[in-house]
Amino acid sequence: MWRQYLKILKTGIPTESVRKILRDPEVERLGAEIKRKIDKRFAGSLSIREVDAGSCNGCELEIHALNNVYYDLERFGVHFVASPRHADILLVTGPVSRHMEEALRRTYEATPDPKWVIACGDCAVCGGEFGSSYASLGAVENVLPVDVKIPGCPPTPAQLLAGLLKTLDRI
Amino acid sequence: MNELHATLENAGIAVTILPPLPPGEVWQIPSQDWGQAAQIAQSLKWRWSAGWGEEIVGAQRAVPRYRVNALLAKPGKYLLLRTEVPQDNPQLPSQAPYYHAADRSERHTRDLLGIHFLGGDTRRWTRHRAWEEGEFPLRCNFPVAGSRQEATPPDVAYPFLQTQGAGVYEIPVGPVHAGIIEPGHFRFQAVGETILHLEERLGYVHKGIEKIATGRDMLGLCRLAGRVSGDTTVGHAWAACMAMEQATKVEVPRRAAFLRAILAERERIANHLWDMASILNDIAFTFGYYQLGRLREDVLRTNGKIFGHRLLMDRIVPGGVAVELDNAAVRYLDREIDRLRRELDELVTIVDRNASVGDRLYTTGVLKVEDAIELGCVGYVGLASGQDLDVRRDRPYPPYDELSVRVPVEQSGDVGARFWVRYKELRTALRLLRQLLERLPDGPTRVDLAVPEEGAEGLGIVEGWRGEIVSYVRFGPDGKIARFFPRDPSWLNWPALERLILGNIVPEFPVCNKSVNGSYSGVDL
Ligand code: SF4
Repeated sequence: MWRQYLKILKTGIPTESVRKILRDPEVERLGAEIKRKIDKRFAGSLSIREVDAGSCNGCELEIHALNNVYYDLERFGVHFVASPRHADILLVTGPVSRHMEEALRRTYEATPDPKWVIACGDCAVCGGEFGSSYASLGAVENVLPVDVKIPGCPPTPAQLLAGLLKTLDRI
Repeated sequence: MNELHATLENAGIAVTILPPLPPGEVWQIPSQDWGQAAQIAQSLKWRWSAGWGEEIVGAQRAVPRYRVNALLAKPGKYLLLRTEVPQDNPQLPSQAPYYHAADRSERHTRDLLGIHFLGGDTRRWTRHRAWEEGEFPLRCNFPVAGSRQEATPPDVAYPFLQTQGAGVYEIPVGPVHAGIIEPGHFRFQAVGETILHLEERLGYVHKGIEKIATGRDMLGLCRLAGRVSGDTTVGHAWAACMAMEQATKVEVPRRAAFLRAILAERERIANHLWDMASILNDIAFTFGYYQLGRLREDVLRTNGKIFGHRLLMDRIVPGGVAVELDNAAVRYLDREIDRLRRELDELVTIVDRNASVGDRLYTTGVLKVEDAIELGCVGYVGLASGQDLDVRRDRPYPPYDELSVRVPVEQSGDVGARFWVRYKELRTALRLLRQLLERLPDGPTRVDLAVPEEGAEGLGIVEGWRGEIVSYVRFGPDGKIARFFPRDPSWLNWPALERLILGNIVPEFPVCNKSVNGSYSGVDL
């Protein structure tokens, strides 16, 4: 057990300030603003449901990274939830595969109003490398109304963070 | 090889030996013997590795026919069995009765190309409802845009196996799962907490990769291959490029081969760290999750800094690589190895000595050695259940022909074994990485590929972080792709989950699933 505590103490707190992650002084202001908004409008917690509508799983890897100790998304009061019924935001990745079309619609319907949709990654934004075909409907906005787009293949955690902050800024 | 040839001929099967597709030999047999040939190969302990079908038209064939391929393997040897069936009667005996691994592959070929395998499972697999029964997207006359105008209804009527009896109940899970994870459906039959039966239903993220590959140029195919499964972007891009380089008879420069291996080992390191972290997360050992997750992020950041992409997408290109390493970068990567080793030594001691971690990992989700043989499992799933396979050692491709790869094998087949096999592979990868950096030769990093002739084909086989990856490429006119088939190792490992979960309790499913960590995108294509 002592080894574990020792390691924890030695590791310290690697979580980075938003300013360092985004290398943008504007962001600290944005971060504070967001936190204020979340506190006020969402009683301190904003819930995101991630939906893979056909991705190659690259986007998922970077979304996962948002929860690692460096980015620690939860410090802004933002967390990923297991059910769309608990969600304020749907974060959708991938071109929408036709086999996921109905599941994506139902997930959207199951999300209570008010709700926002973020298209995450080039595929979700414009169809990306897969485009539209017999199997794929391309961009998320071909299926659902989209509020914010975060391009990138995949977007880096920093780009994701900036996109999320932008979304919150619009709400 | 000779033994198989003799046994086939003795059984009255006419074998035509075709020009080889390195690393494989190519034999053509009559279609009516397709099943029997599998039976014989299976009895001689050949492993079933990959299967795909193709329609061959144009200058390559006067009368269009369908060609069916099955790649068989023994340590260090590959044999591509081929047969052809006429278009007006595309059917042949199934190999699935002898090779479990052929089952989903044959169903995939039937759903997309309309070739019927007699004696196999007749249920659809990749086809849900985006195209109708009787329509076959991989046929040349099927338009890439498809024919569906209206919304695609969900595939609700899939005939899952049902169980009956007092207290037996069914749990449907997915396609949308609770976590940040790919979509797929799992159907559990349980009594109390114990799982009696599990059936997987995938195909939700089918994006038409094989269809949209046709007509691409080499670089375009390479980009697509790098997105077959995002977590294996290096592995699939390498395999696809190797296939294209075989087809154009080009050898990549030695420095490029080294750089490719550096990328591949880094991909292995990042993914194994992440899987080990996630396994610990699923047993609520969050200390391990966050610590190993931190190391993974360090590796990804180094990737971003040195190679310009955190997941290393599009760094491998036809003919070589699109990265360069100067001395400072080599030193930086080298120092990272020491840092990682130091941290891993500390962390692994903590994990190993924690009794409650051991309690959850050992004897959970056991894949018996017999099952691993029967299913043809590869990578860490196979290694943890006694399957001593690694392409880097068994059929080395440059630069691994200059290195020695130590392959860890365990026999217990439980979640713990899959955890520790990953750890050992991770240590091997770190050692290889150091050797690659030390011996990195000078020279060019890329050569141009000539425009291949129509009909030129190639096979690329590499050891991805999940195990053996097979990539097949055939060119059409003007150097454009006519057929691309990537076989992710997950094809062979997904069925293992259905076996190893039996008799475990429902709450153990997440950690069992994570210990296999099949790619959905990689098999749905
Ligand atoms: S944007 Fe890139 S990483 Fe994300 S799903 Fe598409 S191909 Fe994969």
